[in-house]
Amino acid sequence: MSESASRGIAGTVDVVVIGAGHSGLAMSYLLGQCSLRHVVLERGEVANSWRTERWDSLRLLTPNWMTRLPGYPYRGDDPDGYMSAGQAADFISNYGTYTSAPVLTRTTVTRVAQSRHGFRVETSRGDWLCQAVVLATGAFNKPVIPRLAEAMPANVEQLSAHTYRNPRQLAPGGVLVVGASATGLQLAQEIQLSGRPVTLAVGEHVRLPRVYRGRDIQWWMLATGVLDQHIDDVDDPDRARRVPSPQLVGTSDRATLDLNVLQGQGVKIVGRLMGIRDSVAQFSGSLRNVCALADLKMNRLLAWIDQWAEANTPSGIGPTERFVPTLVGETSQLELKLGEDIRTVLWATGSKPDFSWLDLPIFDRKGDLKHSRGVADVPGVYVLGLPYLRRRKSSFIHGAEDDVRELSTHIADYFDRSTSQIKSRLRSVAI
Amino acid sequence: MTKHTKTATNGVNVAALLGAREALKDAPEAARFKWRATSEWVKGTHNRATVAGFFGLGTEHQHRQTYKFESDHPEVFASEDNGATPVEFVLVGLAGCLTAGIAAVAQNRNIQLHSVKATLEAGMNIQGILGIDPDVRNGFDGIKVHYDIDADASAEDIAALVAQSQKRSAVFDVVANPTDVTVTSSKS
Repeated sequence: MSESASRGIAGTVDVVVIGAGHSGLAMSYLLGQCSLRHVVLERGEVANSWRTERWDSLRLLTPNWMTRLPGYPYRGDDPDGYMSAGQAADFISNYGTYTSAPVLTRTTVTRVAQSRHGFRVETSRGDWLCQAVVLATGAFNKPVIPRLAEAMPANVEQLSAHTYRNPRQLAPGGVLVVGASATGLQLAQEIQLSGRPVTLAVGEHVRLPRVYRGRDIQWWMLATGVLDQHIDDVDDPDRARRVPSPQLVGTSDRATLDLNVLQGQGVKIVGRLMGIRDSVAQFSGSLRNVCALADLKMNRLLAWIDQWAEANTPSGIGPTERFVPTLVGETSQLELKLGEDIRTVLWATGSKPDFSWLDLPIFDRKGDLKHSRGVADVPGVYVLGLPYLRRRKSSFIHGAEDDVRELSTHIADYFDRSTSQIKSRLRSVAI
Repeated sequence: MTKHTKTATNGVNVAALLGAREALKDAPEAARFKWRATSEWVKGTHNRATVAGFFGLGTEHQHRQTYKFESDHPEVFASEDNGATPVEFVLVGLAGCLTAGIAAVAQNRNIQLHSVKATLEAGMNIQGILGIDPDVRNGFDGIKVHYDIDADASAEDIAALVAQSQKRSAVFDVVANPTDVTVTSSKS
C-alpha cells in the first residue's frame, strides 16, 4: 500500500483550488455559481502570506476604491487610502466569510499528480481526488536571489524582502539594497530614515508619479485602458511578464517615491550589482542608461494620458505636469567595500512562485510553469495570480476578477466537454 | 642575480617609459589621456570606425596615419561579414594590450623574448542579446587567454611576466571591472 493511499481519501470533488488568497477565494465564488463541487485548500489561515510573509510597513500600491473582488467592492470610509498588509488580509478573510467559501485551513498540499480519472491532491490531512486543479498559491512564494549572493563575505548579513520585517532587525551600519522596484525603493527609504546609510543598486525599473493631474496614477492607468491591456496584444509577452513593479508606495500623503526623492533623503544610487570580487561589490556602469529609459517610458505614459484626457475630458483633473529627470551624479560609484561600508545586503530582486509540490510534466527548461493565459499544458490544470497572466492588472487584487471569470468559464466548458464525451461514449455502447 | 647576463632586445624603449613615469609623477594633469574613436554606419550591420587623434601630455596628438577598422557581423547572423565582429575587436584589444605589456615588462626585467603568441576565446550565449532569457548576460560569460611564450627565462619567470602584464593592462581592467558608460544622442 502506498504512503498516500494509507492516508486515506479525504474527499472527491470536481475542482480543488490550492490557496485561499484573493484569487483562490474569487475562483471558489465563481465555481460555486457554476455549481461545480470544489474545496479550497490552505496551508495556514485565509490570506496567509499577507499575514505572515510581508514586512511590517507594507501597504498596497492601489487605492482602496480599486480593491475589489467579484461581488464584493470596497465599502470602507477611506476610498483614497492604501490598505496595510493586515487590512488586506482582513478584506480577503471577510470575502471568504461573505462567499461562504469551502476552505480547509491548516491543510498543506504536499503533492499533486495525475491519477486514473483526474488528479490526486495529497495533503497533510488526507488526499483529494478531482478532475481539475486551480493553482492559486500566488506569485511571491520564494525570493529570487542572484547566484552571486554566494560570493558574499561572511561578515555581511543577507536578508530578502521575505525575511525583512523592519529596520530594528538590522545591525547598525551601511545597507546595500539590491533592486529598485516598489519593494526596493520602499525598503531603502525606511532603512535610510532609521539612520542606516543606504546604497541602492538600480537596474531596469519603472518610474511613476503617485498622483498625476490630481488623480492617482492607478486611476489613469485604469481609465486609459493600460491596466486592461491584454497579454495577446503586447509584442513580447515574456518580457511584459518580467517588468518589475512600478516605483510606488501607498502613504496617507500620496507622496511620490522615486530615485530623486530617495537621493534627497541621502540614499546613494549605484548601477546594477554585477559581481563581487575580493569583498568588493561591483556595479554596472549603465545607471545613467536605465534611469534615462525609465524617464522616457514614464513621459511616454504621461503623454498617452494627456492625449486620452484631451479626447475624453474627465472632470476635475489638473493641468498637465512633467517631472524632473532622474538625477544621476557626474560620476557614478562602481565599487563598494563589503563588510566595511556595507554590513547588510537586502535582496529586493523579485519573487517567484513555488510549485515544487507539483508532480506534473508541466515545467519548461528553466523550471517555470508552462501555461497559456492561465490554462496549463496539462488539461484540467489552471493557474491564477501570476504577473500579466491575462492582463496587465492580473497580479493586482482587483485584477483577479476578469481572469477568474474567464478561467471559471473555461473550467465549466472543460467539465461540459468531459461529460458530453462520457455521454456520447455511453450512447455508442448502447447502440 | 646572474640569470640574464645579456641585454634583452625586445624593442621596447623602457628607459623612455620609466622616464615618463618619473616625469608624470610631478605633472599629474599631463597623465590624463583621452582616447577617441568615431564610427559611421555603412549598411546593414557593416560599420567603419576611425581612429585618428587622441589627447595626452596636455595636448592633442595625431597618429602617424588615420586607422580604419571595418566591423560587421558574420553570415550566421544573416549579415555580410565585411569585418570582424565588435566583440572580436574587444579580444583584439585585450591581446594587443596584454602582449604590449608582456614585452615592456620583459624588457624591464631584461628577459629576451623570441616569440609571444596569445590565443583568446570568449564564451557568449546569444540568448542574452536576443532577449530570450533575461538571466543570460549580453556580454562574455568569460574570457580565456593563453600565452605561448618562447623566452630566455624559466617557466616561473614567464608566468610572473604574464601576471605583471595583467596588473598593468588598461584593456584587462576595462573588461574585468565595471566602467561608467554614458551614451547620448543628437539628431543631425
